[in-house]
Amino acid sequence: MKKTIITVTGRDTVGIIAKVCNYLAENNVNIEDISQTILQGYFHMMMITDTSGSDKTTADLSRDLDEIGESIGVKIHCQREDIFDMMHRI
Amino acid sequence: MINIFEANETNEMIENENLDVRTITMGISLLDCVDSNLDRLNHKIYDKITTMARNLVSTGEEIEAEFGIPIVNKRISVTPIALVGGAACKTPEDFVTIAQTLDRAAHDVHVNFLGGYSALVSKGMTKADELLIRSIPMAMAKTELVCSSVNVGSTKTGINMDAVKLMGEIINSTAAATKENDCLGCAKLVVFCNAPDDNPFMAGAFHGVTEADAIINVGVSGPGVVKHALEKVRGESFEVLCETIKKTAFKVTRVGQLVAQEASRRLGVPFGIIDLSLAPTPAIGDSVSDILEEIGVESTGAPGTTAALALLNDQVKKGGVMASSYVGGLSGAFIPVSEDQGMINAVNRGSLCIEKLEAMTCVCSVGLDMIAIPGDTRSTTISGIIADEMAIGMINQKTTAVRLIPAIGKKEGDVLEFGGLLGSAPIMPVSRFGCDAFVNRPGRIPAPVHSFKN
Repeated sequence: MKKTIITVTGRDTVGIIAKVCNYLAENNVNIEDISQTILQGYFHMMMITDTSGSDKTTADLSRDLDEIGESIGVKIHCQREDIFDMMHRI
Repeated sequence: MINIFEANETNEMIENENLDVRTITMGISLLDCVDSNLDRLNHKIYDKITTMARNLVSTGEEIEAEFGIPIVNKRISVTPIALVGGAACKTPEDFVTIAQTLDRAAHDVHVNFLGGYSALVSKGMTKADELLIRSIPMAMAKTELVCSSVNVGSTKTGINMDAVKLMGEIINSTAAATKENDCLGCAKLVVFCNAPDDNPFMAGAFHGVTEADAIINVGVSGPGVVKHALEKVRGESFEVLCETIKKTAFKVTRVGQLVAQEASRRLGVPFGIIDLSLAPTPAIGDSVSDILEEIGVESTGAPGTTAALALLNDQVKKGGVMASSYVGGLSGAFIPVSEDQGMINAVNRGSLCIEKLEAMTCVCSVGLDMIAIPGDTRSTTISGIIADEMAIGMINQKTTAVRLIPAIGKKEGDVLEFGGLLGSAPIMPVSRFGCDAFVNRPGRIPAPVHSFKN
């Protein structure tokens, strides 16, 4: 199973989660977990998703989400889970 | 399961603290291209490089997009050209045609640099070695992406002083040949003692003869990440300081290990090593000098600097060694002057001089790096500086290197502007006392004894 982590950071505004979730649903990406918090006045959200059902590559998803983020004024990253696992787990 | 704070920490490092993979370098052996006909040799070299490395840049870009980590450079290193071109090249001009072929291949596969226009002459020079060395000024002037290195000494062989003398002259001629370009040729030329076979960093990268046909080596970076981590432990004990550097180096190296494994798998080329060096860039906050100042010296070069650097270098290695299965290359902290805004500031403040930099090179990788000196510095003086640095490497069983840039037509206090990752270099004063009689002695310095250490 290919897991990716999607993080959203920026000023809180209406419809951030809706936009991201709609895009993921259209591309057949399953959301397994969502958490969110406010850190230093900024909205932070993290989703753990399974992209194995999607036709798009992680690189394509990442580029699309980056554009969506720009259109609503937040930063969206979509990265393979491995980079976080390597860094934070032995 | 990864939590939001961990994800946030990683992305913070990438976005605000300049965490990146500095380079994926593909080492390619050119030994099977050897031919006595120069045209055929050039064809074979071009074909082999463009075939082996055709997907290097696109693969690097895919990995960048998938993992969200910048991979700043994609580079190639090749077998030292003096070995490859020996049978076909009868003049320095013949060697220059190979440099031009390498440059064309590097442009065509879109890499940032190609290293390996090199000769290994730590004990003696063959005719081919000497021809290649004499061709360096013209090769550096006629190419854009080719980097050159010459290994003139080692702990096992001693120092080839004939080569040291020659390199002093070659460095001055290379500066003269590229003087319209702020003497840029010298930024692509490095003189080594104990050069490693698997260095992914330029200008000293070459693909050693002990290596496989092709290999992927990765250099990680992250001085900004270490500096940021240390800001949180101001005033704490050495134990806390060292633990913090180790943990940070571990995290940075793990990312390098992941990228190296992925690149190796996707390109179908075996993974060689991770080079653990902290490599600065001229970007604000991406400086090794800033780390030393964060550790506690007022300005880099002040008393305490060498000890702080020794500590930093050792902790980076300790943290990194556990994070990767194969560590190699140079591994430590680089202290180039022009590529590190903190170092440039220290020179401008007057706290850092060449002699202090020489002391600092005793405890870190790699050597006197990217230092601009007055354009009227004599070749024998440059050879003397090289000999000193090579002696440090030979006696201490470590790699040392010299990359000096004589600034033709400029003097102390002026600045050379290279731009990009190479930065800008304030011209530093050099001792006005000569060493002609020493450098002009023919022969070599014998290898040192390995007992009676003190």
